[in-house]
Amino acid sequence: MTRIVDFLAAQHPAVWLFLGVGVILVVATAIGRELARRAEGEPSPTIDNLNQRIAAWWVMVAAIGLSFLFGLGGVILLFAFASFGALREFVTLTPTRRGDHWALASVFFLGIPVQYWLVWDQWYGLYSIFLPVYGFLFLSMAAALRGDTTHFLRRVAFLQWGMMICIFFPSHVPALLTLDIPGYEGKGLLLIAFLVIVVQGSDVLQYVFGKLFGRHKVAPNLSPSKTWEGLVGGVATATLLGAALWWITPFSPLAAAGMALAICALGFFGGLVMSAIKRDRGVKDWGHMIRGHGGMIDRLDSVIFAAPVYFHLIRYWYTL
Amino acid sequence: MRPLAAAATRRLIAGFARAVTGVSADWRGCRPEPRQRVYFANHASHGDFVLIWTVLPPELRRVTRPVAAAEIWDGRGIGGFIGREVFRAVPIDRKGVDRLNAAMAAMSAALDEGASLILFPEGTRNTGEEPLLPLRSGLFHLAMAFPQIDFVPVWIDNISRVMPKGEFLPIPLLCSVTFGEPLAVDRTEERAAFLDRARGALLALKPKDLVA
Repeated sequence: MTRIVDFLAAQHPAVWLFLGVGVILVVATAIGRELARRAEGEPSPTIDNLNQRIAAWWVMVAAIGLSFLFGLGGVILLFAFASFGALREFVTLTPTRRGDHWALASVFFLGIPVQYWLVWDQWYGLYSIFLPVYGFLFLSMAAALRGDTTHFLRRVAFLQWGMMICIFFPSHVPALLTLDIPGYEGKGLLLIAFLVIVVQGSDVLQYVFGKLFGRHKVAPNLSPSKTWEGLVGGVATATLLGAALWWITPFSPLAAAGMALAICALGFFGGLVMSAIKRDRGVKDWGHMIRGHGGMIDRLDSVIFAAPVYFHLIRYWYTL
Repeated sequence: MRPLAAAATRRLIAGFARAVTGVSADWRGCRPEPRQRVYFANHASHGDFVLIWTVLPPELRRVTRPVAAAEIWDGRGIGGFIGREVFRAVPIDRKGVDRLNAAMAAMSAALDEGASLILFPEGTRNTGEEPLLPLRSGLFHLAMAFPQIDFVPVWIDNISRVMPKGEFLPIPLLCSVTFGEPLAVDRTEERAAFLDRARGALLALKPKDLVA
């Protein structure tokens, strides 16, 4: 018995986190099964969706765990594929024309690999401006060279938006591993774990609080499922969750709460902005990639907004 | 050995098509049931029948054969293996003197054996601006000869954006395959009226154009 305890105590904190998340998923799976069993006979879309979501969580946690085993390279590959999936959903919903072909090909086949290679190379000076500056200029030039002026500004703007939200912002998640924090060497994966647990925890808790107590809608035009009760309850508990995880971070408990609050707020607005875009595009979900969740962007929306700000807060306050 | 290789190749091709196109199926007008069917679809690329075939459940995939121009799959090498044993394509001779009768005979023989078919009634790939070319009469003759079979309209979307005419690099956009309600076949119907109806059924499945 003591040997098991000694063994566990000697493990990387990430092992503990994954064990914890595993226990939560086991409990969630058991609850989902029990709800489905009780509802036997009368099929409920809410319970079906809940169980699909839980099943997808198992896959997502497994994918993140697998990528963690390979360190920076693994996380970069995972997010490069996430960027690819997200960009594909985004571009599918935008009205591209033949004249966009070069611009499109360069975002997919140059934008994604070059940006993630720069993160791999830890070249902060270039990866922090490569897409917003050079990508921005190049896309407009590639589109102009083809000579099609119909809706030119809108078409280029669509692509520039896609490039920023599908590639640039998500690439800040693996970039967290490249930050040099004194006394925190070799623990960068835990910064990612903190971000992912707080952001996704906030999404799940907002969903739970919304389902239980939700009455007053925050933005009825954008998202019928977001309520003040869900927002306040979810963000407050996720902030506490973040504070409780201070021991895996370089932050003090109070700073961890502050970081978690910032992450939750940006995550909430990420979901809101993506909902506005979906409304504008006339769709309910971005795609079908993840059963029960919709598309890649549906799952990633809060991370997209939270990641760059979290990155820069840490870079400003905690690195040399 | 060869049947095993064919089965493995089928899985490989379907997996590859899913990875590249992220294709999803929308069974809007019917369910994926084990009924004998003729799936007739719009045709914009060489990959079209692979997309339909990929979104069919494996048990339907096994009994569904694409109708394709003979010259594509006649070779002896890998092309012939894929055409004859992986897809079990129904080859259509597009050059002979008696083309229509030969094509009807080949498709009828496959239907008599109980197979379902994937058919592109435009007859050729549509690379123009029009969403759909006029339909050829083969579909009509087939429906009159086999009125008991479901004729299911199928719309394949986004392939023309993935690979616009004249480009060589495909853009990996998401594709979708929408299955409509089977056409009711009335044997007294005129050819033009039937083909109009089939055309309308296809266009009704086409997603709305995206607006800027």
